[in-house]
Amino acid sequence: MKLLWRLIARDLSLMAGRPGEWLMPLAFFLLVAMLLPFAIGPEPTLLARLAPGILWVGALLASLMPVNTLFALDSADGTLDQLMVRGIAAETLAAARLVALWIGFGVPLLLAAPLAALLLGMPMDVLGLLVPGLVAGALGLAALGVLAAAVTLGARGGGGLVALLVVPLAIPLLLFGSRPAEPGSVGLAIASALLLAAVAPFAAGAALRASRG
Amino acid sequence: MAAPDISNLDLHALANPLRFTRFATVLTPWLLLLGLGCLGAGLVQGLFLAPPDYLQGEVVRILYVHVPSAWFALGGYLGMAIAALAALVWRHPLAALSVRAIAPVGAMFAAICLVTGSIWGRPTWGTWWVWDGRLTSMLMLFLLYLGVIALVHLHEDRARGLKMAGYLAIVGTINLPIIKFSVEWWNTLHQPASIRVSGSSIHPEMLTPLLLSALGFLFLFAGLVLVRMRTLIAEQRLEMRALRRAARAG
Repeated sequence: MKLLWRLIARDLSLMAGRPGEWLMPLAFFLLVAMLLPFAIGPEPTLLARLAPGILWVGALLASLMPVNTLFALDSADGTLDQLMVRGIAAETLAAARLVALWIGFGVPLLLAAPLAALLLGMPMDVLGLLVPGLVAGALGLAALGVLAAAVTLGARGGGGLVALLVVPLAIPLLLFGSRPAEPGSVGLAIASALLLAAVAPFAAGAALRASRG
Repeated sequence: MAAPDISNLDLHALANPLRFTRFATVLTPWLLLLGLGCLGAGLVQGLFLAPPDYLQGEVVRILYVHVPSAWFALGGYLGMAIAALAALVWRHPLAALSVRAIAPVGAMFAAICLVTGSIWGRPTWGTWWVWDGRLTSMLMLFLLYLGVIALVHLHEDRARGLKMAGYLAIVGTINLPIIKFSVEWWNTLHQPASIRVSGSSIHPEMLTPLLLSALGFLFLFAGLVLVRMRTLIAEQRLEMRALRRAARAG
């Protein structure tokens, strides 16, 4: 358990040292919220109605950004090998990375969400309803990101592939998370995020082992 | 998926790629012929002899292709995941190989299902595509298949690609019911299943050709997977031979 915390702290401090890893998804998320009004028109009622969906699509697309470097950097400089040779289970590494990504991706996302909501004219009480789903969604998206990063580790040109792998599996999160007004949907979003978070470390851990050959 | 009846055969004997190839070589033409025969009989009955639907008219006949392809696109994914699990647990090379063998066949069945469904939807629902739960979940199944295929090919190391694709297939299977549930919760226009474990609400005159063509699809699926397995085994052996030759020459 202590090991897990230390791994999470390491991942987070590394992330803090590379602002690109958390700033880029954030900027991307805000960019989506900024671009959509140009594409669909500035009419306030339409924008307010579409806002939860736009926020969610933005979050989903932004979550794809950090995936390519998630394990690749540690793999390239040998850190991953070092940690695994020491006898640290690959599942533990994957779980730590998942939690770190949840914090490193989710917290900036939550901080940016009010700004995006403001840009789209979304009422703040709707945003309040959306927040629990977004917190769970960030966990589920982090789980999918860790999984996608692990199975594409060492593959040629994983960029487009990551989107193809993540999108079908993220559909339940998107559907449940972006409709907070419908009864039961937030609970279902949390449930599907928890399931993803429970499964992903094992699948990603096995993939990390396989990537070492 | 779609294994022939081999319950009285020694399964371990088939685990040997050479013996498997010999077994598959004998079985493949039979499966393909049976498949074509059943499918042909089912389609002749379905397209010419079965009555048109009282509500949908002649367009209902596309269902003799649409429904079986949907069944085996789903069943194929399940089979692929079981193969991946077997590869993970017993580390058997043939199981890993069958993940790669099944994926394109299943993807093709999912594509057939989507295209025929779309053609059926135009006159019946008045649109090529609706964001309906069952359509969407089939589309997601198709994308999951594409992900597995792409993952195998993007890894330079073939064995590693197979493993990675296997993990993805297993996670996909855990998620498949949730995807299906979520999109049905979201929006549904598609009619519910007419054939259930407890019985069917389809008239026998329509059910017989449907089951015949389903049987045909099943045999064809198995036959095509076996053809691909043999190709992949042969490919591997060629590569090994080239490597050995290179080693000897070097």
